[in-house]
Amino acid sequence: MASLSSDDVRHIAKLCRLNLSDGEVKKFGPELSSILDFIETLQKVDTNSVEPTPQPTGIVNRFREDEIVSDGPTTKELLESSPLPIIDNQIQTPSAHG
Amino acid sequence: MDNTLTITQAHAKLKSKEISSEQLVQSCIDRIEKVDATLNAVVYKNYELALEKAKKIDTEGKFDHPLTGIPYLTKDVYCEKGIPTTGCSTMLRDKDYVPPFDCTTTQRLSRKGAISIGKTNTDEFTQGASTETSCYGVTKNPWDTTRVAGGSSGGSAAAVAADECIFALGTDTGGSIRQPAAFCGCTGIRPTYGRTSRYGVMSMASSLDTIGPLCKSTEDMAIVLEAIAGKDMYDGTTGDSDVPDYTAALTGDVKGMKIGLPKEYFADGMDEEIRTSVMDAVEVLKGLGAEIIDVSLPHTEYATPCYYVICPSEVSSNMARYDGIRYGHTVSDATDLVDYYHKVRTEGFGDEVKRRIMIGTYALSAGYYDAYYRQALKVRTLIKQDFEEVYKNVDAVIAPVTPTAAFAIGAHEGDPVAMYLEDIYLDPQVMAGIPALSIPCGFTKGGLPLGLQVMGKQWGESDIFKIAHAYEQASNWSEKKPAL
Repeated sequence: MASLSSDDVRHIAKLCRLNLSDGEVKKFGPELSSILDFIETLQKVDTNSVEPTPQPTGIVNRFREDEIVSDGPTTKELLESSPLPIIDNQIQTPSAHG
Repeated sequence: MDNTLTITQAHAKLKSKEISSEQLVQSCIDRIEKVDATLNAVVYKNYELALEKAKKIDTEGKFDHPLTGIPYLTKDVYCEKGIPTTGCSTMLRDKDYVPPFDCTTTQRLSRKGAISIGKTNTDEFTQGASTETSCYGVTKNPWDTTRVAGGSSGGSAAAVAADECIFALGTDTGGSIRQPAAFCGCTGIRPTYGRTSRYGVMSMASSLDTIGPLCKSTEDMAIVLEAIAGKDMYDGTTGDSDVPDYTAALTGDVKGMKIGLPKEYFADGMDEEIRTSVMDAVEVLKGLGAEIIDVSLPHTEYATPCYYVICPSEVSSNMARYDGIRYGHTVSDATDLVDYYHKVRTEGFGDEVKRRIMIGTYALSAGYYDAYYRQALKVRTLIKQDFEEVYKNVDAVIAPVTPTAAFAIGAHEGDPVAMYLEDIYLDPQVMAGIPALSIPCGFTKGGLPLGLQVMGKQWGESDIFKIAHAYEQASNWSEKKPAL
C-alpha cells in the first residue's frame, strides 16, 4: 500500500507549482495514494529484456529542409494573447527576485 | 429536420440544390437553441461566421466535395483563428484565449468547404471520462439526462447524437472519442497514432493523443478522416504513408475476413448486456461471411495502469505551459514570479488536472523515473507485441467499448481510480498505437446505447471501416434517435 504523508503531498505540490490548503492536502493524499496503488501493479511484469516504447509507430528524429516558414501568427498576434503588460515586444512578469 | 442528415445524405441534397448550405447550418443552429439548454454540449457558438460562410458557398454553388457546405462542431481544444478556445478550463476561459492561428485539422476541413459552427464541451484539457471536470459543467446524455455523455469528447458525442451538427471532431488519448460515441449512440474513430495531425490541438499526453471524428455513420467517418488525415510538416509524428480512399473500402463485403475475439475482454463478471450485444454482433458478422477466431492479448490488464503512468507524466510536462505568462489566467497580487506561477496554476486548474500533474511529477521525479515511467514504456512494448502477434492471423479485432452503458452523473465522485477503470477496454489500443472505432450495436433494456469496438492494424483504418460499414448495413442501430 502506497501511502503519501502530508509532507510528501506538499513537496510534490511545490514541485508542480501548486498551492494546496490543509484541506486539499487531506483530500489529495489518499486519492494520490490510491492511484499509486493502482499503477503499482506494473511492477509485477517482468520487463528485464524488454525495450521501452516511447512512441508507438517508431518514427524517430524527422527533419525538414532548413527554411523559414512564415505562414504562422505574427509576434504582435502572439503577444496579444498574454494577460500581462507588453513593453517593447516583451512580456512584463512579476520579478524573479521578489 | 435537415440537421438529422448524415454527411452523405446532406451532400446529395446540397448537390441537387434541394437544400442550401445556409438552410442546413440554420437547422443545426435551431436545434442547438432548442436542446442545448438541456444537454450543455455546446460551449461556444459561432453562428454569424458560419452563416456567412454558408451563404458564400451557396453563391458559389459548387458542391464537388462531400464536406462542402456541411456544418460541424469542434471539441473546445481545437485552435481556430479568432475563435475563443478554452480547453474547458478556467485557466483559459478566464481571459478567453483567442488563438491567432488555425490547427491543421480545421484548416483542412475549411479548405473542403466544411463549416465550423462552434465548440463542444470536454473534460478540462481532455482529462476525464465524463465531461464532469469541464469548467462549464457536465454534458448530459441525450438518451437519459441524469447520465453522463461520456468523455472527454462528451460534448461532441452528445451533439452528434442529438443532431446539433452533422458531425463533430474529438480527441482520443485514452478512449475519449470511442467511449462517448458508445454512450451516446454515434460512431467515432481513434485513428492510428500519427494518421492525423495534432498541430494546434491542445496537448494532453503527446505520445498518446489522436484527432478523429464523431459521426452518424461509418461512411461519414471515412469521409471526414480522409479529409483530415495525412502528413503535416507541423507535426513530426504524422506518418508518411499515403491516405487511402477510405470510402472505397465500404463494399459491404467481409466474406473471408478474419476477425479476432480476445478472451481478455470477456472476463467472468462482465456486464451481461454488454456481452450479449457484442456476441450478437459477432453472429451478424459471421452471417456476412467473416471468420471469427478466438485470440488472446495477455497483457490487456496492464494497459490501464500503464496509461495512468504515461498519461499523467506527459500531462505534467504539457501543463507546464500554463504559467500565466503567454496566455490565460492571471493574478495581480503575486509577490514574485514563483508566487505568480503558484497562484495562477492553483486558481486556473481543476482537481483532476492537479491530480494528474502531481502523479506525473512524482512518477518522473528523481529515483522514481525507472520504476514508473520507464517501466510503463516497457510494459507498453509488451502490449504492442500482443497485437502484433494476433495480427499475424487476423485482419481486425472486435470487443466491447465500455464496461457498462452510460453511468449516472456523479457516480464516481471522489474515486478517481473508479473513473480510470472506465477505460479498461480502451487503453490497449492506445498503447499499441493502432486504430479503433466505436459503432452502435444495441441498447440496454433501459434504452441506453451500447457500442461495438473494431480495432485494426497500424494504418489499417480501411479494414475496420469495411467491417463497421458491413455490420451497420446489416443492423441499423444507428437509425434510432433519442427523444429530446
